[in-house]
Amino acid sequence: MERVGVFLCTGCDIGASLATDKLEQLAHTSGAVHVASNPCLCAPEGVASIRSAVDAGTVDGVVIAACSQRHKQQEFRLDPAAVQVERVALREQVAWTHPPGHEDTQALAEDLLRMGMVRAKKMVPAKRMAEAVEQAVLVVGGGLAGLQAAQAAAGLGHPVVLVEKSAELGGYLAGVREVVPDAPPYDRLQQSPLPDLLRAVRADPRIRVLTGTRLSRVGGQPGQFAVEVEGKAGREEFRVGAIVQATGARPYDASRLAHLGVGASPDVITSAQLEPMLASRTLARPSDGKPPRRIAFVQCAGSRDAAHLSYCSSECCATSLRQVMAIHQAWPEVECAVFYRDLRAPGQIEHFYRAVQEQSRVMLARGTVEGVAAAGGGLRVSVKDSLLGERVEIDADLVVLATGMVPNSADGELIRQLRDAKNRIERNESETQRKAAEELAASLAHHEGTEILNLAYRQGPDLPVLAYGFPDSHYICFPYETRRTGIYAAGAVRAPMDPAQAAEDGWGAAMKASQLISALGRGETVHPRSGDFAAADFFLQRCTQCKRCTEECPFGSLDEDAKGTPQYNASRCRRCGICLGACPERIVSFADYSVDAVASMIKSIEVPDEVDEKPRILALLCENDAYPALDDAAMKRATWNPWVRVVPVRCLGAVNVVWIADSLSRGIDGVILIGCKRGDDYQCHYIKGSELAHKRMENVQETLTRLSLEAERVRVVELARNEMARIPALFDEFAEKLVELGANPLKGF
Amino acid sequence: MSVAGTRPFLVVGAGIAGITAALEAAEAGQEVVLVEREPSVGGRVLRNHQYFPKLCPPACGMEINTRRLSKSPLVRVMTRSQVTAAQRSGGAWLVTVRHSAEHVTRACTACGDCSKVCPATVADPFNLGVGRVPAIRIPHVDAWPRRYVMDRQACPAGCRACADACKVPGAIDLDARDRDEQVEVSAVVVATGWTPYPIEKLTELGGGLLPDVVANVTMERLAAPSGPTGGKILRPSDGAPPRRVAFVQCAGSRDVKHLPYCSAVCCMVSTKQALYVKEQIPEAEVTVYYIDRRTPGRNEAMLPRAEAAGVHFVKGKVATVKQGAGGALVLHVEDVDAGRIVDAEADLVVLATGMVPGGNGEVPLPVVRDGDGFALDDRTARVFATGVARRPEDVAASVRDATGAAAKALSVARSA
Repeated sequence: MERVGVFLCTGCDIGASLATDKLEQLAHTSGAVHVASNPCLCAPEGVASIRSAVDAGTVDGVVIAACSQRHKQQEFRLDPAAVQVERVALREQVAWTHPPGHEDTQALAEDLLRMGMVRAKKMVPAKRMAEAVEQAVLVVGGGLAGLQAAQAAAGLGHPVVLVEKSAELGGYLAGVREVVPDAPPYDRLQQSPLPDLLRAVRADPRIRVLTGTRLSRVGGQPGQFAVEVEGKAGREEFRVGAIVQATGARPYDASRLAHLGVGASPDVITSAQLEPMLASRTLARPSDGKPPRRIAFVQCAGSRDAAHLSYCSSECCATSLRQVMAIHQAWPEVECAVFYRDLRAPGQIEHFYRAVQEQSRVMLARGTVEGVAAAGGGLRVSVKDSLLGERVEIDADLVVLATGMVPNSADGELIRQLRDAKNRIERNESETQRKAAEELAASLAHHEGTEILNLAYRQGPDLPVLAYGFPDSHYICFPYETRRTGIYAAGAVRAPMDPAQAAEDGWGAAMKASQLISALGRGETVHPRSGDFAAADFFLQRCTQCKRCTEECPFGSLDEDAKGTPQYNASRCRRCGICLGACPERIVSFADYSVDAVASMIKSIEVPDEVDEKPRILALLCENDAYPALDDAAMKRATWNPWVRVVPVRCLGAVNVVWIADSLSRGIDGVILIGCKRGDDYQCHYIKGSELAHKRMENVQETLTRLSLEAERVRVVELARNEMARIPALFDEFAEKLVELGANPLKGF
Repeated sequence: MSVAGTRPFLVVGAGIAGITAALEAAEAGQEVVLVEREPSVGGRVLRNHQYFPKLCPPACGMEINTRRLSKSPLVRVMTRSQVTAAQRSGGAWLVTVRHSAEHVTRACTACGDCSKVCPATVADPFNLGVGRVPAIRIPHVDAWPRRYVMDRQACPAGCRACADACKVPGAIDLDARDRDEQVEVSAVVVATGWTPYPIEKLTELGGGLLPDVVANVTMERLAAPSGPTGGKILRPSDGAPPRRVAFVQCAGSRDVKHLPYCSAVCCMVSTKQALYVKEQIPEAEVTVYYIDRRTPGRNEAMLPRAEAAGVHFVKGKVATVKQGAGGALVLHVEDVDAGRIVDAEADLVVLATGMVPGGNGEVPLPVVRDGDGFALDDRTARVFATGVARRPEDVAASVRDATGAAAKALSVARSA
């Protein structure tokens, strides 16, 4: 911005700690067109002083040198179309955390003010996205979750297209008459919700159902996905704004459970295979068609087992209880025994469990089933660690294995690797390359043809999956989010769950889809920077087609043209800035966050010369967790080394290495980056940002070593949101280390 | 699809479920009034040290949510407020919200000058009554809205110390009064959460009688850096780190004499807390006594993790906890696997108490409830329930169905 005004607060100990007259002078000499102090800037009078300068057109950039950007946001909110606001945290980072009146304290405040002013000058007004937004929602999968999502989205006012690959709607529940109760009194079988829901969906004029249909291509981006389907009626194209993937789960492959008698006898079946017998009220042994007299249920068949599915499928215990209850009611003479490791009837399902326990001819026993074998005309089940004894054998004439569920997801990233490998084989570049590609292709061959969404995205045709093949991203706090904007997962594809939960998921995912369409209509982005609108700007003339940005974007926002030039899709983008961090040519910027802006802030730090023996430290703090933790530490009046200059960044992944190079070449003695936890249980809000930052900084450290600079001058630290107590020591220890290393030899060059 | 002109929703309770329902609707263009009894949002989740199964801090996700609340022009957050009356008005509800006297106003800058001079202390409500804090204070370090709160009834007669110390014009008003406000709303989301089953009702387990028998919710505060011990797990009786810690599962749950249902989270909570102990005091002997270990879904991974850390899991229901000789607690328990009754000693006993649905009798809305007291959806009345007010469930499930509740409320509002 051209005309920067500086508004200095002298309340909250700032005035008592600092020579604010000198700060005012500095603001003037640094080019502020308007400088004013106020004893309580957030009070109505103070806010009015800012507004009147803006309204008079005196300033178009406002630097508020007061408290942290996380506080008093409502008071200091100004129209982003008219003015850009930069906050300088004199309170948290100076007055509350450093000794008053000290020259180092004053120097810190002056640096922070200069940095804030430079940043304000570098900001440009952001424009909202103004593309047409389709109102329609595509629901993929016609099981309970998908049907509920379709009905909910229609209820929210959206046209809906529901695509189901099989000939019939209903999914697993199509063959199920009664379900585990989820309504009072919770102690008896409940009619399946499916028939009513099916009727409602079929009767709803806003919902178009396409059965026997697959997605052959999904191009474009949220708000304007271009969908191509192939079905009975041939090929068709249409546009939608958002997508719900409710492709459900399938039972774990029972053929892998030979130790439980699968294959040895046709009378060993799975819970899914029992369903049609219960629905049709014809209980018969597959071997001879005779009604069984004694049925054994084996829980955790291939679940909670590192050799099969290591997770628990959540609903198999309740499903077996339901099946036992249904058998008991229709054929009271049949004996049922259920062998479980832990009987999992969470919440109010406990009432139903109790009701099943009370039935006669039903035995529920803890024990691990070690084997099922054919014996005589029937089956023998070996159980260990049961209350009945260390090892017992039970005879049964039908065994039902409670197999777990495997998500019907496709690993978009691996499919892409497979495709790339095949391309390399075709190109046949060199013997060794071809061999490596062939090996990779062979190891990924089982992903061939598993595509579901067929996204025309550079990073692969389906949602990336995380642990166990579930396509989620932050499953505790934001369960519907995936790593593809505008595509929300619902039902058993995203986590093992029962029908009641799957229906709930349908509602929730429809909400997210509707919200996305609403946000894009306002030109805003969605989670986690919801309400943000400044999109990334790529200065493509300088692009070298290195493809780092297109590879590293956690949300698959970037496609490539034939030459490898990035093609940006603004509504896929979450504004994390990881592309900005990736780009070696520094061509990516946002109106309110750019390589140049932060580089200029770094340049505005005054670096004492060597004789002064006061190192300067740049601290790049992730504004999601580390920066708030710093605020907390300040709230607790922690103190830390005064040589540290903090710059909040959008994510550690949004740190361009040029900032490190600039810092060191300007004589700054060390750079510390503090961000979120990475790894399997990552806390990075952008999933991969922290991970990428660590990799990039390793490269920087290697470069430093090559230049005979100490690698220890760059440090990357993981810090959780609640670890404010670690911050002072992190800064102090780093400062000590730098003193030990001695001055940056590039100082003064 | 404009929703301009429609009346706002009312969301009662700003725990994780209420915040989620409010934000998800607001970001879809719906105006929302979010009413919270406490001085800051976050309810019970912010009182947890970590979430299972990732063992990550709740404040991390809450940081995103409070940022969304700060940014959203459509959510009006009313803290220290309660719904005191509600009546049908056409297709909508006319509700009365009582705002508790604003002794500390929104002008507060959270500078802390008042706290320093406050002569009175109160039991710390954020830390569930453990430890004492000044009568005027920030509720906790991450409190949002970031504003101090005053327990006016704790003030010594005639004391004006805080008002005199405060330099911010209009931030402290010692004479403020309760204020009623009427709001017409198109739908109601009940997100009134839960209260822990009172351990005082579990006297056979030493609850309320023995100082070193604590509830799981208290254990969270003992482990949290922002808690009364600064995050150190210490025995309440003598402040010593415990060498033997026992967890008693289903303490008052799955028990027709107490709560007949399973509270759905306690197994994960105890497993998580067993890991807290092992991390801080690796040599401590940690035992979890359970009926069934209920760790559904990906939570299952916590069991091998805890076993690898040396946590013992013993199947058996604890019958009694008594004071033994030499300061130790004695648990009388049937070890099912060993097939015998044992008396096990511990220095600290954690009762995995269950969840009682909140808001019962407190919210003057005709909420339909089941036999356990959990709230049900009532589409014709336009009242929807979410979170643990609706059923016992964990954070992930609360967020899931709160998002769904927003959709349900929004669809009735749009169909009107």
